[in-house]
Amino acid sequence: MGQLDQLYQQIILDHARERHGRGLTEPTPGHRNGESHQMNPVCGDEITLRACVNEGMITALTWEGDGCAISQASASILADLAPGLSRDDLLVRVDAFRELMRSRGKGEPDEELLGDAAALSGVSKFPARVKCAMLAWVALEEALLAAN
Amino acid sequence: MSVIGTPAHLQRAQPALGNDEALRIRNDFPILDQQVNGHPLIYLDSGATSQNPVSVLEAEQEFYEQRNSAVHRGAHSLAVEATYAYEDARDVVAAFIGADSNELVWTSNATEAINLVAYAFSNASLGRGGEAAQRFALKAGDNIVVTEMEHHANLIPWQELALRTGATLRYLPVTDDGALDLSTAAETIDGSTRIVAFTHASNVLGIINRVQELTALAHSRGAVVVLDACQSVPHFPVNVKELDVDFLAFSGHKMLGPTGIGALYGRRELLDAMPPFLTGGSMITTVTMERAEYLPAPQRFEAGTQRISQSVALAAAANYLSETGMARVAAWEAELGQRLVAGLERIPGIQVLGPASGTERIGLAAFDVAGVHAHDVGQFLDAEGIAVRVGHHCAQPLHRRLGLTATTRASTYLYNTTDDVDAFLAAVAAVRPYFGVN
Repeated sequence: MGQLDQLYQQIILDHARERHGRGLTEPTPGHRNGESHQMNPVCGDEITLRACVNEGMITALTWEGDGCAISQASASILADLAPGLSRDDLLVRVDAFRELMRSRGKGEPDEELLGDAAALSGVSKFPARVKCAMLAWVALEEALLAAN
Repeated sequence: MSVIGTPAHLQRAQPALGNDEALRIRNDFPILDQQVNGHPLIYLDSGATSQNPVSVLEAEQEFYEQRNSAVHRGAHSLAVEATYAYEDARDVVAAFIGADSNELVWTSNATEAINLVAYAFSNASLGRGGEAAQRFALKAGDNIVVTEMEHHANLIPWQELALRTGATLRYLPVTDDGALDLSTAAETIDGSTRIVAFTHASNVLGIINRVQELTALAHSRGAVVVLDACQSVPHFPVNVKELDVDFLAFSGHKMLGPTGIGALYGRRELLDAMPPFLTGGSMITTVTMERAEYLPAPQRFEAGTQRISQSVALAAAANYLSETGMARVAAWEAELGQRLVAGLERIPGIQVLGPASGTERIGLAAFDVAGVHAHDVGQFLDAEGIAVRVGHHCAQPLHRRLGLTATTRASTYLYNTTDDVDAFLAAVAAVRPYFGVN
């Protein structure tokens, strides 16, 4: 598989098209809701992400924004991954994903931990694209802080 | 047998370069002879930064090996040699744009050149520079006019100047099809307009603005004109006197020169009346503990140790372009630009920004690919060894105006061939199928 095909695996292209979790839902009354807006200054891409937390568990994660296939797929994958996890379990996955992205192509993704996000490991070979992949995850961290 | 040729008055005095000549020229650029991702490099990002011919690289090396020394100080022989080299370089680059040598100020780049003007106005607004500088002082009620197609480098310095002085920032809008809308220019540029700053050729749209028309209007209102010439000076003949502009900024690295050097042209009487921007050594006459007197232009604006090797290398670049012939470079790039746009227009799902094929443009085309983000387009092209620019090209307001966030841009120079353009077009045609977009 060429480098380009490693980067744009079919699962990535599918997520980029389907964009799970796209469209912000109304904050759930009684839950802790946090929101974050992030921007990639290189391309001008933006994301607004909203997380709902109830008794330490993620109940919903939705987002709005446009961007490249990597950033859209990454947000879509995250929206599948997060709901049902505890806040702490999710932050462990954020750290693992960040470490993978910073690995310069040398990281081995833990598929059990990261699920579909493991397919983004090819991004780490392209430093210019790491920011695209991280955008939603950085927004999530901030949203969780805001929901605290 | 008599042969009837084209009448002399219908012949183009300066024919365009052709593929053979572009290929010969390419041999002068070592960096272009390499494989990228298993393909021969096709460099279509000269609008961002151009490459250097051997003569430029050698000029810089020769300076460091033979003449390196501080300029305008020191009595030793190397210092004299370095000063000659530095000032000879100024003569060459000034002549390249039709300016007198004392009208050309070295800067780090075009961004610093524009900031130099903005801060000189700012300092004059604070009362610096005495009576002569009062013509540059801005106050509430004054306005500065830019356009909606400006590079951030010719927008943000004016935003900041307006905020510092209480002046208002106005802009000439861009039409839906990406041209400058001059229909209201005569009202926007009014008796309170002090500065009109705009780009000669757009780094996104590829269009060439009507400089003389806008300059005449600005001057009739008593405003000074600042022209961003980053995409014009490298690509077609520019003469500051014919354009009649007051200030003009350009960068060395976009015209075959090194990074770290650019220049500001300023009309002599304006430069001599302006207060300095950066201050320190080498720009003064008398200094006491309380105050200092300043040298005339251009030294007044060249504080501190200067970009000496870069100036020498930039002069070598200007000589390379002059020897090739700027009119011939321009004609060749116009051909390549038309081929780019006409080819892109034939690919389904591609929207080219700016004028359609058949209309004047420089060798540059920015475009949107329906359903595929510019970063993904650039990544796909890179895998084919094709270097292009992706993003907002430092023109966010223009992209917003056209309803886009990021686009892909291919830009040519004298070393590009029609094969480069055709390989690029074939790769662009494969982008949407690759990403499964119909």
